[in-house]
Amino acid sequence: MSAHEILTWSVAIAEITVVLAMACAAFRMLRGPRAQDRVLALDAFYVSSMILIIIYGIETKDTGYFEAALVIALLGFVSTAALAKFLMRGEPIE
Amino acid sequence: MMTVPEDLPAWAAILTSILVLTGAALTLIGTIGLLRLKNFYARVHPPTLGTTLGIGCVLLASMLYFSVLQSRPAVHEVLIAIFVTITTPITLMLLVSAALRRDWMIGDPEVPLPPDLPPPPALTEKESP
Repeated sequence: MSAHEILTWSVAIAEITVVLAMACAAFRMLRGPRAQDRVLALDAFYVSSMILIIIYGIETKDTGYFEAALVIALLGFVSTAALAKFLMRGEPIE
Repeated sequence: MMTVPEDLPAWAAILTSILVLTGAALTLIGTIGLLRLKNFYARVHPPTLGTTLGIGCVLLASMLYFSVLQSRPAVHEVLIAIFVTITTPITLMLLVSAALRRDWMIGDPEVPLPPDLPPPPALTEKESP
């Protein structure tokens, strides 16, 4: 097994692993039990999706996926902060 | 399936494989912890495994792979690492303070009021006419 085959397989296995991680986070998001658990699961979910996109960028040798991951990081931070503010006060913007 | 370019050296391929697999495995371990732990305050901790070491390993793999492939340093992935490192504590602290406040408001017996602090303002506001 050459080094290139190892890289091919490990990228594929890593993608499956991250998809399993996203499934775990989605299950926690569906089950709750309370709103803060769902927000926390959403946070874990978007981080996993960002990792998946970076690995996919390695797979396709396309640096353009880096920008998609950066946008997901930005929007995920804003959404989690807004949801946490909503849970705290009942409204996201005071 | 991925087609690896022929001019990629073997050491870079092996190192990228190790880093990618480590990052993905750490992310999975973190979300399994999110699924299995019993308490919200315990569940806050495991996903940070993915946001620190998990994403760090994957970004290192990406930097190494593209630097070797393009034979010039590709360090723009550091931006994501810096951003995630800065923002994760902020969001989690906001979320946990919101959760504490919600638990105080419903009077959860497992989350007692701290003895040296006054009750949260939301409680006193509701009780006053």
